[in-house]
Amino acid sequence: MCEDCGCSAGSVQIHQGHDPQPNKTTTSLEVPTPSVRHLDLHAKILEHNDRIADQNRALFHQQGWLVVNILSSPGSGKTALIERLAQDQRNNWQIGTIVGDLATDNDAHRLGHAGVSAVQITTGTACHLEASMVSHALSKLPSKPWDLLVIENVGNLVCPAAFDLGEQIRVVVLSVTEGEDKPQKYPAMFKSAQVVLINKTDIAEAVGWQRDLAIANLQQIAPQATLFEVSARTGAGMHAWYAYLDQCRQGLNGPLSRSQNSQVLQIGRLSSN
Amino acid sequence: MHEVSLMQTTLDIACDHAAQQGAQHIHWIKLRVGELSGVIPEALTLAFEIVTTGTMAANARLEVETVPVICHCSACYQDFQPTGWVYVCPTCHQFTTDLRQGRELELTAMEVS
Ligand SMILES: Nc1nc2c(ncn2[C@@H]2O[C@H](COP(=O)(O)OP(=O)(O)OP(=O)(O)O)[C@@H](O)[C@H]2O)c(=O)[nH]1
Ligand SMILES: [Zn+2]
Ligand SMILES: [Zn+2]
Ligand SMILES: [Zn+2]
Repeated sequence: MCEDCGCSAGSVQIHQGHDPQPNKTTTSLEVPTPSVRHLDLHAKILEHNDRIADQNRALFHQQGWLVVNILSSPGSGKTALIERLAQDQRNNWQIGTIVGDLATDNDAHRLGHAGVSAVQITTGTACHLEASMVSHALSKLPSKPWDLLVIENVGNLVCPAAFDLGEQIRVVVLSVTEGEDKPQKYPAMFKSAQVVLINKTDIAEAVGWQRDLAIANLQQIAPQATLFEVSARTGAGMHAWYAYLDQCRQGLNGPLSRSQNSQVLQIGRLSSN
Repeated sequence: MHEVSLMQTTLDIACDHAAQQGAQHIHWIKLRVGELSGVIPEALTLAFEIVTTGTMAANARLEVETVPVICHCSACYQDFQPTGWVYVCPTCHQFTTDLRQGRELELTAMEVS
């Protein structure tokens, strides 16, 4: 709304001839012009990304693919978790992956070795994936009836939170070497997660992981998230996470939208096998 | 982080609107930035200077309005502004994830000539 005259009708308002900032600096070369105009707008800066994300989502839904976006700090174990998932489920699900990385295609190679189709997006300077990059990567993915499409985002806990890719499930990985207060430090990220995977539980004791404190922190900051404690290294706890994915696959016809899904925190028990 | 590319997008939107008005200069622009948008206002200011250099918005001012988080409590049907990152209703002490405000990232006003 214009502070000058209070008008607010319409999406763009133009005020001819009055200048709400009379003391603005103009260069002496500037020709004085009577047509200083004030525009009131309602332009969403991420509208372009959101529109493509909606197109992606519509495609995923139409194809019946379950699409998961995995986010974490660098080195939390995103690739290792996908490798483990691919190995464990190779006879059950057709799994495709899209991997974002700043510079290398190492992750795509690793996933290729694990037997999954992987398309690498090298983002260059971009520190997050955007919906358009995913849409582009989809054209390079072999066309198969995917059961599960896993997107590994760039290792970064800040900006990927702001970019919807069209995924049905957003997973944030927190490894036990990172500290129990990660959720407090990156609330926007944890608040946007449907699932939190606590990874590297095999070394929890060795690094003095305070499990109760970490879970209490997660319950406070991200009460919407379903929590699983896992180890990509040993496979511990993974079956509960797979059961969740399976449930989501069954429920694809009643899609989980990001805003609807507000379940109470459930704690996936560490398995003893 | 990605504030430079965000400001580039913002500038593109602003230049489009200015061009539609037949304007040659952008004097200032105003953004609304939610506390939970994942964007750091100070970084935006620096990024704005970088991306506007040599454009119709050179020397323009950037005004950032921070939008606080507002939550809704489903138990007592009230909106409240949380203190800090734990969104708990001040009346009934229930946790909530229902956000009514705080993720905004919008270009809301500008001045051109
Ligand atoms: N002990 C242990 N180590 C793990 C586990 N998961 C991953 N790691 C190790 O942690 C390191 C990083 O794992 P990655 O899978 O590359 O992590 P990432 O999140 O994909 O990393 P970026 O793609 O660089 O962000 C590797 O040395 C893995 O072997 C785990 O469950 N337990
Ligand atoms: Zn990786
Ligand atoms: Zn970014
Ligand atoms: Zn309440």
